[in-house]
Amino acid sequence: MDYSQFLAMKQEISLLVLFLLVFLSDTFASNRGCKTIGGLTCVLFGLFTLWGFCPVVIGSDTVTAFEGMYETSPAIVAIKNILNVGVLIVLIQSLKWTASENQVIRRGEFYELLLLTLFGMYLMMSGRHFLVFVIGLECASLPLAAMVAFNKHRYESHEAAAKYILTAVFSSAVLLMGLSFVYGLTGSLYYGHIADSMFSASTSNIVMLVVALAFVISGLGFKLSLVPFHLWTADVYQGAPTSVTSYLSVISKGSAAFAFLVILWQVFGQVYSEAWEWMLYALIILTITIGNLFAIRQQNLKRFLAFSSISQAGYIMLGIIGDNAMGEAALMFYILVYIFSNLAAFGVIGAIENNCGKVSMTDYNGLYKTNPRLAVTMMLAMFSLAGIPPFAGFFSKFFIFTSAINQGSVAIYVLVLIALINTIISLYYYLLVVKAMFIKEEDEFTVAPFRSALTERIGMWVCVAGILGLGLVSWFYDSLLSVVGF
Amino acid sequence: MDITILYYLVPSLIMFCCGVYGFITRRNMIAMLISLELMLNAVDINFVVFNRFLYPENMEGMFFTLFAIAIAAAETALAIAIIINVFRSAKNISVSDLSKMKH
Repeated sequence: MDYSQFLAMKQEISLLVLFLLVFLSDTFASNRGCKTIGGLTCVLFGLFTLWGFCPVVIGSDTVTAFEGMYETSPAIVAIKNILNVGVLIVLIQSLKWTASENQVIRRGEFYELLLLTLFGMYLMMSGRHFLVFVIGLECASLPLAAMVAFNKHRYESHEAAAKYILTAVFSSAVLLMGLSFVYGLTGSLYYGHIADSMFSASTSNIVMLVVALAFVISGLGFKLSLVPFHLWTADVYQGAPTSVTSYLSVISKGSAAFAFLVILWQVFGQVYSEAWEWMLYALIILTITIGNLFAIRQQNLKRFLAFSSISQAGYIMLGIIGDNAMGEAALMFYILVYIFSNLAAFGVIGAIENNCGKVSMTDYNGLYKTNPRLAVTMMLAMFSLAGIPPFAGFFSKFFIFTSAINQGSVAIYVLVLIALINTIISLYYYLLVVKAMFIKEEDEFTVAPFRSALTERIGMWVCVAGILGLGLVSWFYDSLLSVVGF
Repeated sequence: MDITILYYLVPSLIMFCCGVYGFITRRNMIAMLISLELMLNAVDINFVVFNRFLYPENMEGMFFTLFAIAIAAAETALAIAIIINVFRSAKNISVSDLSKMKH
């Protein structure tokens, strides 16, 4: 065996080393040393994130290893770097929470589980064989269930974890069933081989293929929480600790979206118009519309962001439809912008929850009077999520719509029109939050003035810088577009 | 009598559907977990049978099954741990009682 092929997996291996360092220092450090484990993880992960931007790691073209089971390219490194930035922000934001009274004994576990899920997501995005993909998927979703159950003293946390693990196992069983049919049809589990034999299989076994694809798409749809597979999302987001919710909503969703794009186009790209074009249209319309309609009537802000993230997943899926370099670049840019906007919102919610435990929309009435900085951060996040021009969210939606419309069929025009109408609907409920903070008068439930911890403020500053910077500087999108070479 | 591929595929499909049915109708979380196991085992049978009957020249399906069994075991272990936690805090493992979070 040629051991030099491990050099292709530079990021995976350095992540594993990082995990082992954190794990060992958590196991063997003294009680006083344990207090620094969070800071240590943040510093090490910051270095790791920088390492991802080195030219050595990025490479110049596609490299495969292990007989094509693993692939890396500048585009894959770019999406991994985007996720790393998001994870770094989540780590910084969760420092205060892991140091709190109830978590202090087990604080190392949070970081270890988080790094392991990230490793699974790397495998999901780089795997070019369904075995590697499935192992990555499970490695990404099982530790997440343990993280959702992390608040041992809150009943809601356990309830959310039970719902999450049951739906996760159900969805992976459905996905595996679909994969077994794909294997039966084509006789291989390599993405490339399946795509090759798909051409001959497509004419004779189209019904079988559609059934297999329906299983695969619904299995992956659970991970991305597309409607009609979204029922777990709201409860899990509400019950999980806020740091875990933010991780679940941006990082987990972003990696699943990218893996979905790779699988749909590299494996099933041949049968796009026969088998899954209309499936995807229906999913996108349902996801965007139903996510929006349910978000309107939510009072709990974490639940509200859960439904908003469902509809955002629908927009991400639009990037998958646009089958060109621009589609992939737009999808990656959308994930990047979504990371900053959503983490800013979750940063504010987490800071307020850590301080006084309030998460209801009515508690935010008149927040501008009591905590002006938090209110402005939240407003920027909402504007960016809704897609109001100078902020990043506008451009990410703009690129997604453009890449989809480039396909040029009537159906896609209708699809984009429906998505546009939904953007206007979403403006209503995002602005409800802004209205509560800025226009409504404060009452006795309003969050009292407080000073958030330094780490929380750093996290929010980074997010605000991202929301403004990505909107005003076109360099980020241009470099993503140049990196994506099909 | 020849044992053809259908003799394996139809039972595995029935197993899978029983699993889905059980997952949807059962209210006890342990019973739901058993239904999930049924589904996962149906998948394993599928992989092995496709490999044995259609593509006997390589062992890809068999290996996938081995990994799938290991993954299923990990999933079950974690699910049981979480269900025990739920039982400790709610003294009940019926999903109809898991409805504290509405709105």
